[in-house]
Amino acid sequence: MSKTSSGTLYRGHEGMWSWVGHRVTGVAIFLYLLVHVLDTAMVRVDANAYNAIISTYQTPWMAFGEVGLVAAILFHAFNGVRLILVDFWKQGTKYQRQMLWGVLIVWVIVLAAFTIRHLSIALGGH
Amino acid sequence: MSVSIPAPRSQRIDPKYKRGPKSHGSFEKLAWLFMRLSGVVLIVLIFGHLFTNLMVGEGISGISFGFVAGKWAALVWRVWDLVLLWLAMLHGANGVRTIINDYAEKHATRAWLKGILYVATIFIIVLGSLVIFTFDPCVTGSELAQCL
Repeated sequence: MSKTSSGTLYRGHEGMWSWVGHRVTGVAIFLYLLVHVLDTAMVRVDANAYNAIISTYQTPWMAFGEVGLVAAILFHAFNGVRLILVDFWKQGTKYQRQMLWGVLIVWVIVLAAFTIRHLSIALGGH
Repeated sequence: MSVSIPAPRSQRIDPKYKRGPKSHGSFEKLAWLFMRLSGVVLIVLIFGHLFTNLMVGEGISGISFGFVAGKWAALVWRVWDLVLLWLAMLHGANGVRTIINDYAEKHATRAWLKGILYVATIFIIVLGSLVIFTFDPCVTGSELAQCL
């Protein structure tokens, strides 16, 4: 297919940008997952080594990284539900644009709740 | 004005319109279906994972070797994490496979990238499964009460 093809259903609008967002967040989550399994694997090697690695996640700067990770996960999850509805619900393609706005609204609300709780723990100084 | 088309009387279907028992597209269709089914399950598993590890108690400040040992003392969390590991890795690997197929244009590049992806995926799934199955709360350095 030509790279310069144009005039498809989604090109340049909400549909395309949600597709881009789904890919970017998906790759980011996958890369984190590889690292996350490796760091958790340290529980099988040495308890102190695991605690040392985990403590690198327990810093103020990493707290913002964790908010970024959860932001990516929440978008991917909610947009994934939208994607399933587009595929399986009869009216899915008709309302895909409205559903994206629904995804973004739910995303902002849930992410705000997570961020308040997580940052108050991570920056609160226990 | 409507036109009625009678049903075909001949029972013969040209072989070129028949789908073979093992058509080339069946894998891609299964992969497509897997992404949707595993996606729904992953929402439950990951939201539960994030909630129990980051939102309740001391959140991220409470995570330590002792926290993991406490969680994995219960079979349900071992099964939870094992299913999460497998589904997340397969879901992610299939997503990256799709992206490689989309953007790597040379056959050799595609083959190499997918080869690296499959090796990394199998390695992480095997490693993670072994860690869950063979977890020892009294591993080197453990200061849990039952180990002293």
